Amino acid sequence: MSRTFLVRNPSILVFLALLAVFTIAVTLMSEAFGASLISTSFIKTLGKTLCLCLVALAMDLVWGYCGILSLGHFAFFGLGGYMIGMWLMYARTELIVAESMSNAAIPPTDQEVVDAIGTQIFGVVGSSDFPPIWAFAHSLPLQLLMVLLVPGLLALVFGWLAFRSRVTGVYLSILTQAMTLALSLYLFQNESGLRGNNGLSGLQNLPGVTASQAVVSVWFLWASALALAIGYVVCAWVVSGKFGSVVRGIRDDEARVRFLGYSVEGYKLFIFTFTAIIAAIAGALYYPQAGIINPGEIAPIASIYLAVWVAIGGRGRLYGAVIGAALVSLISTWFTGGLVPSLPLGFYTVDWVDWWLVLLGLSFVLVTLFAPKGIGGLVDIVTGRLTPNRHGADYGPDKGSLMEEEGRK
Amino acid sequence: MISRFLSAAALVLAFAAPGHAQDADAPIQQLLQEHSEIIQDSSRRTIGPAIDAIRDSGLPEAQLVLERWAAREMWLDEETGLFVYAEEIDRDTLRIFDFATAEEIGEVSDENYDQLKPNSGIRGMIGSALVKFQLSDPDPAARIDALDSLARNGNESHLPVLRASIEDETDPEIKTRKERLERLLTISFGATPEARIEAMDAFRGDLSVDVRAKLNPILATRTSAGTALPDGVNIARELEPGEDLTEVEAYELLVSEGLAPARLTDDMQRRTLQDNIDGDNVGGVPVASLSSPEARDRAYAALVEAGLAEAAATNAEVAQAIDDHVFYETYLEPNQAVTDAAEDVLNSIELSVSLNQFFDLSLDALSLASIYFLAAIGLAITFGVMRVINMAHGEFIMMGAYTGYVIQQIIPNYTVSILVAIPVAFAVTFGAGVAMERLVIRHLYSRPLETLLATFGISIALQQLAKNIFGTQARPLTSPGWLDGAWILNDVVSISYIRIAIFVLALCFLGIFLFIMKKTRLGLETRAVTQNPKMAASMGINPDKVNMMTFGLGSGIAGIAGVAIGLYAKVTSELGADYIVQSFMTVVVGGVGNIWGTLLGATMIGFLQKGIEWFNPSNTLAAQTYMIVFIIIFIQFRPRGIIALKGRAAGD
Repeated sequence: MSRTFLVRNPSILVFLALLAVFTIAVTLMSEAFGASLISTSFIKTLGKTLCLCLVALAMDLVWGYCGILSLGHFAFFGLGGYMIGMWLMYARTELIVAESMSNAAIPPTDQEVVDAIGTQIFGVVGSSDFPPIWAFAHSLPLQLLMVLLVPGLLALVFGWLAFRSRVTGVYLSILTQAMTLALSLYLFQNESGLRGNNGLSGLQNLPGVTASQAVVSVWFLWASALALAIGYVVCAWVVSGKFGSVVRGIRDDEARVRFLGYSVEGYKLFIFTFTAIIAAIAGALYYPQAGIINPGEIAPIASIYLAVWVAIGGRGRLYGAVIGAALVSLISTWFTGGLVPSLPLGFYTVDWVDWWLVLLGLSFVLVTLFAPKGIGGLVDIVTGRLTPNRHGADYGPDKGSLMEEEGRK
Repeated sequence: MISRFLSAAALVLAFAAPGHAQDADAPIQQLLQEHSEIIQDSSRRTIGPAIDAIRDSGLPEAQLVLERWAAREMWLDEETGLFVYAEEIDRDTLRIFDFATAEEIGEVSDENYDQLKPNSGIRGMIGSALVKFQLSDPDPAARIDALDSLARNGNESHLPVLRASIEDETDPEIKTRKERLERLLTISFGATPEARIEAMDAFRGDLSVDVRAKLNPILATRTSAGTALPDGVNIARELEPGEDLTEVEAYELLVSEGLAPARLTDDMQRRTLQDNIDGDNVGGVPVASLSSPEARDRAYAALVEAGLAEAAATNAEVAQAIDDHVFYETYLEPNQAVTDAAEDVLNSIELSVSLNQFFDLSLDALSLASIYFLAAIGLAITFGVMRVINMAHGEFIMMGAYTGYVIQQIIPNYTVSILVAIPVAFAVTFGAGVAMERLVIRHLYSRPLETLLATFGISIALQQLAKNIFGTQARPLTSPGWLDGAWILNDVVSISYIRIAIFVLALCFLGIFLFIMKKTRLGLETRAVTQNPKMAASMGINPDKVNMMTFGLGSGIAGIAGVAIGLYAKVTSELGADYIVQSFMTVVVGGVGNIWGTLLGATMIGFLQKGIEWFNPSNTLAAQTYMIVFIIIFIQFRPRGIIALKGRAAGD
């Protein structure tokens, strides 16, 4: 089975090989394990980019394959980050508190330690009690479970409600956007128990790890690369075979698949929840590298950018999503970091920090208009797979019928 | 010797050449002389009769005397014992005036004059006495000023004066105010409880803040504890520990009143243990094992036994102490009839206040609804009629607002600039909409999801462009003067004119939209193209042109909405983004393709948001969160909105 699966999808092997070469190359150039050619902060950027590729993969699965334009997957990404951030912050504060209390004349009781951690973490929002959602924050395994469960359950409930009432197309997009907005507004409140707009910070310090950030950043790069590799194979496996055919069928004509007797809602719900969990895992790997998470990260605009990456990379092909996310987010970092020289026009100097978003927005419009297949479409030119020329009048009454130009061939 | 005498005489002549002789027999001077001694004595305890005598003398000069006296401008001629008032010209020279005639007597050296310096207590009494004159001042403005100051800080002494002045009041409006103020002061300072209760009754259902400000202090309470309910105090209610106050609070009250020993807190226990560390042990328990609460309790018990620490109240003792005592609230006002009446009147006021608050909230909700409607109506055309998702709709609103700002920079007159801004904003966003339709959307009519993405690209580009041109700080769009202020119905209900204007504007738009869609050729063609583009084309309608015009119209309306929204919100590049999700919600909740649905959707969302805010007024973020959650659930039950199109028009 595995042999045939890989043989049928040669792109997987190519992708895995490229990812391995990339990871080894970066490791060899890193400060910690190699020639010190790349700064630690750039390794973190690369590691974060791999996480973004993973969430783009999830987005491609749900949008490119299943046709659900979800504007909420970055919310799941952020929730995953929040869940792991809770443990990181708790465990690290616990170490700090234990150290400061070890000098006390009398050893502290467990309750005193917990109270002190609470004061440390929630002092900034004027509280000191742990809200109920922090109940599992003391335990890494439980909190890792929460990384999967919280976004997964949210996606399950939301998806069930939405698909059950047959909300489709742009309505579903707007609804998911509303969900994202509601979630980020909720997290902005101090009452949410996740430190309001302060968010969770200091996540780059792993509790109990004495290794320097240079080493930790490479560890995270490996972890992100591994997660991306596994995610890619699993996604490719899901969309290949019969299941994948049904999912693509839903994208192309939902009503027909329903009439064929498939439970469209079940398939959509599975894909929606499954991708939400992938997004959460990506988030859980991303935010320890970013070091800080706040509700602004979950704002609806972030999810739309996710769609932008996938669209530019090329929908409906997994490597397209990865290319899009990597390329756009790295170029974005490059432009907004002020590394691109300004463009003097004589009467006006174009400072790319200010004009990058204009450029991105317009190039996005151009890609949508003229290259709906995205960058991934270039691969088709190489492999010789070309779309039929569908211009001209149609022969029949339906959208799917042959067009004049095709008929002539 | 002679020369010295001469120069002294010259000096006397120079100063004491009075242009006017003082009249020692004038009635006011007589009166002052009568009380000369206590006036000079200037003691707060004894001065009363003198002030009263002057106030009640009925002499026209009495007010002048009191004013000058309070201003420390009354002087006593030590030789004659007469009182004058004076201005200090320099350190030793005075210009003196006669009280009786208010005429200048002349400039004199201050050697023989003694300044009367009333202390602040006496000045307060004089001030009270002066109220009488201010209340009957011939100038109505002065009377109103006096009433205003009395309303702020009237006290017991003002009451009789105020009562006396009501009768002679000629202005009916001021008379009503005086009567009302008299009742208000009676509530606090009335001589008998009956009088106070009667005054309160007159305010039944009154909405003014000042009435509540007078009544609430009467109902101020204090919580105390004792072994039994005391007699002779006005008890508001008995408190049940565990229900009205927590057991912890109850015990803290007992401790603070000295009725029970303090409970041992964890913190105190730790400190006591820390103070009694003996080598590696505390009370025989090793220090290292003190990380468990049980070990700490054992160590503390050992310390108590050894007499090193005080025995603390155990939980059983605490429960017993709470059981043995009663907890109650007493009114600071001792008379029960008064507090009962005050509570009764306050209840009646509360009822009418909440009714009016409900009305006020409804007005607020209506104005919020009209803002949402304004923001969504353009979308109702592009999304509702044409089914084109325009994520840049918010940026068209922003463009309208910035157009208004730019026009205001050119035309300084706010009224004119707003009148100019509305058509210009329409033109600008109409142009932008048409350009976008021609260049982008036209090619994507069969791919709605991609329209969403492409227009989103335009949206981020436009937003950043606005940021580059106008900067990140908010730009003001100032409303004309006649839109400032608010329409105030009473102390509870008020609505600002600008919100009324937005409401009217929203109604106008509704009318314009209905007119265009139902009565014009463009509307007819739009509806035809929406329903079946090919059939419409075969009837001689150019679908391309109609689509372009319709999209331009929707965008243009967004521009006008931008001017209106900019008037009350700050104009920033994120202005549109703040409204886009709500606008889509409004259209989707109302039902796509139906303007009445959009109206209902906006009304529902506006009322819902204000309603949720009412339950949790401090938190508008929470209100928005819950509202969106509500909408998501609402869509479950009516996926096609409040007014759903039926049949073929419903499409897909």
